[in-house]
Amino acid sequence: MSAVVAEHDDHHDHGPEKGLLRWIITTNHKDIGTLYLVFSLAMFFLGGAMALVIRAELFEPGLQFVEPQFFNSMTTMHALIMVFGAVMPAFVGLANWMIPLMIGAPDMALPRMNNMSFWLLVAGALLLASTLFMEGGAPASGWTLYPPLVLQTGAALPFAIFSVHLLGISSIMGAINIIATIFNMRAPGMTLMKMPLFVWTWLITAFLLIAVMPVFAGAVTMLLTDRFFDTSFFNAAGGGDPVLYQHIFWFFGHPEVYVMILPTFGVASTIIPVFARKPLFGYSSMVYATASIAFLSFIVWAHHMFTVGMPIAGELYFMYATMLIAIPTGVKVFNWTATMWKGSMTFETPMLFSIAFVVLFTLGGFTGLMMSVAPSDFQYHDTYFIVAHFHYTLVPASVFILMAAAYFWLPKWTGNMYDEKLGQLHFWLSAISVNVLFFPQHFLGLAGMPRRIPDYAVQFADWNMVSSIGAFVFGFSQLLFLYIVIKTIRGGTGEKVTDEVWEDASKHSLEWTLPSPLPYHTFTTPPKEIPTEHF
Amino acid sequence: MSTNAYYIPHKATWPIIGTVGLMITLAGFANVLNGSSIGPAMMIMGLVVFIIMLAGWFTLQAVESESGMYSTQVGISYRMGMMWFIFSEVMFFAVFFGTLWYTRNLSVPWLGGFGDGPGRSTHETLWPAFEAMWPTNGPGEIGGEFEPMGTWGLPFLNTLILLTSGVTCTWAHHGLLAKNRDQLIKGLIATVTLGFLFVGLQAMEYHEAYTEMGLTLGSGIYGSTFFMLTGFHGLHVCVGAIILSVVLFRSWKGHFKPENHFAFEAAAWYWHFVDVVWLGLFVFVYMM
Ligand code: HEM
Ligand SMILES: [Cu+2]
Repeated sequence: MSAVVAEHDDHHDHGPEKGLLRWIITTNHKDIGTLYLVFSLAMFFLGGAMALVIRAELFEPGLQFVEPQFFNSMTTMHALIMVFGAVMPAFVGLANWMIPLMIGAPDMALPRMNNMSFWLLVAGALLLASTLFMEGGAPASGWTLYPPLVLQTGAALPFAIFSVHLLGISSIMGAINIIATIFNMRAPGMTLMKMPLFVWTWLITAFLLIAVMPVFAGAVTMLLTDRFFDTSFFNAAGGGDPVLYQHIFWFFGHPEVYVMILPTFGVASTIIPVFARKPLFGYSSMVYATASIAFLSFIVWAHHMFTVGMPIAGELYFMYATMLIAIPTGVKVFNWTATMWKGSMTFETPMLFSIAFVVLFTLGGFTGLMMSVAPSDFQYHDTYFIVAHFHYTLVPASVFILMAAAYFWLPKWTGNMYDEKLGQLHFWLSAISVNVLFFPQHFLGLAGMPRRIPDYAVQFADWNMVSSIGAFVFGFSQLLFLYIVIKTIRGGTGEKVTDEVWEDASKHSLEWTLPSPLPYHTFTTPPKEIPTEHF
Repeated sequence: MSTNAYYIPHKATWPIIGTVGLMITLAGFANVLNGSSIGPAMMIMGLVVFIIMLAGWFTLQAVESESGMYSTQVGISYRMGMMWFIFSEVMFFAVFFGTLWYTRNLSVPWLGGFGDGPGRSTHETLWPAFEAMWPTNGPGEIGGEFEPMGTWGLPFLNTLILLTSGVTCTWAHHGLLAKNRDQLIKGLIATVTLGFLFVGLQAMEYHEAYTEMGLTLGSGIYGSTFFMLTGFHGLHVCVGAIILSVVLFRSWKGHFKPENHFAFEAAAWYWHFVDVVWLGLFVFVYMM
């Protein structure tokens, strides 16, 4: 691309607007990134509170605290809020902050649309949260919203559906912006194969989002018309098929889980080389592995439906196709390990979270592989085993890496150092409790405890109690994270960080060549040199 | 035109206005569906705000573009934005085409007792007498007797109309590139007219379906897929025709130059996309 120079419409004021209005009408990628991150942290605590309601009820057999209907609303809303309100927006926030910095661009390509995608997210989340107070309660069908069950939702149904539409539009706008930025705004010399992996993984994620969010929108639109406009899409009496909904949902849903994990891979590939003081092992194989995972994610969806009923050829095809995912995923785990091999490693908080990610994500991947075996999945499906599987791939993977990213970049953003001792305490509390929380769920699932049921047989009592204890410790440990973040923003340890923050980080990626804290506008003239250490 | 700078607006007020408008519209619609009395008023209020936003935001873009604030690079961002937006629309239509494919080739035959899919046991236990065929409103004969839509009457005429409008649109583009204002404006007038004509004929077709053929959105899976596919398409033709009208207005005001006419291009791309979707509809919904 030709030279990129930012121009400002007023000549004296280059700083942000004053007051609250700044945040409402901002077009600055750093402001918008901050909005996304703060919003997602708030949603993380809201969704977390719901998880604690679930775990409190499951602490003992029998019904203690909540009605079964409300319990099911909690599992549904917890998932929807964590997926669409916490994890996805957090990565969009990181994309907003980091992509322009990493590719040497003055801002995102479409700044006004950037603002709108954030506010549409808030609007969607408000509609969703409002369903908690409606007649008939919030949706209680599980986050997959399967008909015919979901069609029995009360007044909440149309609100939940429109909320999905808004969240979808928001994600699509965000993704379009990211693609346009990456393709059109790179500094001279920043060729595609020189981009940091975080940028690469987001490019591919954005493609996934644009491809599948409209599919989800279409699916819920059919739910809406089936309920309110007499259509028969999912009604066998009219010639439709409820299983069709599941196919459409999972055609969206499986790529959706990769939307949450691919940027996770990107951040891990960014952090690990810095603390191993080595280039990333196998840069180009990482790019190709990411692309193959994305491709495979479109052709494996029915592994979520092995027990629903499919022609035998379908069962076999989806079984083998799913197993293939293990190959590119294995490439990645191998590369991260090889990056650390013989590195001169140090173990600051971001690195600790990243190493825990490599180990625990691999565990989640292995259970995934177990479930991909169709006949075995008849035992695992809809039990706590699958709850354990996807929580391993999401909490000690995506969420841990988000924490790592916060510790890694907060000093750069704010110019203040976080408290390393507290950071490590937060890490150890989280890493231990997350395993106490989720590991026993494997045993519960294998023994046959179903998911999404507020009561259970007494033989499951012990491990449920352990799991609930882990949940409360994990949940409350995150308050420590909140404290550390706030403290860092308000001055941290008092020690001013250098521009590089981490030793030799500027050899890895462009953001570390800029001053700390970052000025409001950066790269108004493109950088002269492109760091190459990450190869 | 063609400064070297990448234009980054300092603040934006339309996005938040549009968001509020959209949210009120949808919350209003949800209230309408729930039968709540505040629904309609909310919905109309939200829509008004939303339309004001569209008008305001697009005017702002047009003014900025005409005053030469957008470099070639900004233009590329806009073009990429439009391309990927159209891709998302393709995926949205793909869901409904996929639904049609799945029901016709898999679930309806299963319901009729063929193959080894999940609907087979539904056939055996609930509706052993049901015979798979297309069109169908299912074993429950939901929506009562109906007559399926024909192919060679209005739908064929509409195909010709839309294809012609694609040609006139390209002809207008050639006029723009050759600085032939007359050709540009005539071409656009023809395209917009054909577009609205299409919508009018489609409305006639729907009217006939509802009043004479017993074919409604509630006519089982055939009615559902027929009206959702053609309905969403019709909606897109309306939007496309409105966009082209705005482009026509701007051309008449003397906007657009051979080297700078993103709005025209975006509108034309959108129009061709709508055209191609129609061809798919004509083949898979009306002909097969
Ligand atoms: C090594 C790759 C993986 C394989 C082979 C795999 C396989 C599977 C299978 C077969 C199921 C269905 C289990 C059942 O319902 O019986 C499943 C469920 C699930 N997986 Fe994975 N998975 C993998 C990685 C991931 C990743 C990376 C994520 C997310 C970041 C993830 C998130 C989920 C979720 C959320 C569900 C449950 C959805 C639900 O029913 O609510 N998986 N996985
Ligand atoms: Cu999956």
